[in-house]
Amino acid sequence: MARPKLPRKSTNVDMTAMCDVAFLLLTFFILATKFKPPEAIEIVTPKSVASKVAPSKDVVLVSVDRDGKVFFSVEDNDVKKEIANEINTTKNLGIDVNAFVSAPFIGVPFSQLKSFLAMPETERKANMLPGIPVDTTKGPNEMIDWMRYAVSAYQGKKMNLLLKGDNKSKYPSIEGVINAFKKTDQLKFEMVTNPEAVPTGSELWKLAQKGQRTED
Amino acid sequence: MAEMDTSSSGGGHKKGPGVKKGKKMSTRVDLTPMVDLGFLLITFFIFTTTMSQPTAMKLFLPKDADKPDEQNKIKESGALTILLGGDNTVFYYEGELAPNGANFKSANYSNGDDGIRAVILRKKASTPEKDLMVVIKPSPQCTYKNVVDALDEMSINVIKRYALVDISPVEEQLVEKSVSAAATQSK
Repeated sequence: MARPKLPRKSTNVDMTAMCDVAFLLLTFFILATKFKPPEAIEIVTPKSVASKVAPSKDVVLVSVDRDGKVFFSVEDNDVKKEIANEINTTKNLGIDVNAFVSAPFIGVPFSQLKSFLAMPETERKANMLPGIPVDTTKGPNEMIDWMRYAVSAYQGKKMNLLLKGDNKSKYPSIEGVINAFKKTDQLKFEMVTNPEAVPTGSELWKLAQKGQRTED
Repeated sequence: MAEMDTSSSGGGHKKGPGVKKGKKMSTRVDLTPMVDLGFLLITFFIFTTTMSQPTAMKLFLPKDADKPDEQNKIKESGALTILLGGDNTVFYYEGELAPNGANFKSANYSNGDDGIRAVILRKKASTPEKDLMVVIKPSPQCTYKNVVDALDEMSINVIKRYALVDISPVEEQLVEKSVSAAATQSK
């Protein structure tokens, strides 16, 4: 008996739909990705339950690395220029304003500022630099001066003061920075942290469950 | 009427035997490599995307008041002072520090019964809310993480009034003594 011939089915699958999905996802991720700028200062920030995203505009950032060295950086180029001019007039250092503006961060005492700015940018590694002195037992707290410049440059504008410390940095450097904030009447600042879940069962968690959590 | 000749060849009539049909090429393209590439890139972007933005916790510093009458008065019964020592140690006392250090107790960062969270909650439960004031005093040995953890504990336990205050020499000595005592004990 002759068997009825089964029609041979093609093994080809239509890939078009899958391809569509793949590229849709691809487009999404490409657009959603924000590349981290390479950081010259390596800092692992502690975790906190704070859920407010750190501001990214008009930022004055004071970083403290794991060895307790303090670095100062300002985002805005106009503000940087103002600060540089101010330093030149008050301290008579004769620093290169353009180099100051292009420097991503400052991590030396005022006495070394000129040679720091003359250095090629690739050599300015955080671990090679002394940091801004804040320890009052060894000399003046230069952070106070930096804060003063920043405050006067940001006069009339909103300044977001951020403190970014490493998990391992010891408290004296942080204290020096906080004292400098106090001295310049900057009593409101924010600390950069990594988000962390609120522990279940805690008071804040209960508030969040009730939908009352207010972020201030 | 003019008509488009749609047939492949031969002007509409049936092809005779021996006339080969022009082979119809498929318009299908093999999309497999393209999909491969697509998914490879997706994987790359998923892994490089930083989904978690850094957050920021706000802190208001108390203004340094030079004159004693300008300083904020807190009720002794409602005060809880937390001292942060080196090696992730925490100490605390309620009210004012006794001269002999009798009310100076130690805690830790765990979630347990002797953890600092339990201490804060006990204090919170036993004091009226308007009197409660938590003072955080970091010693020079403690790390920034300890400070942030302590401040975080304030927001976790919804403490309204708290302050970051410099440590006094007496307290610093007590903390140091207790830390070194604990270190020798564990050896």
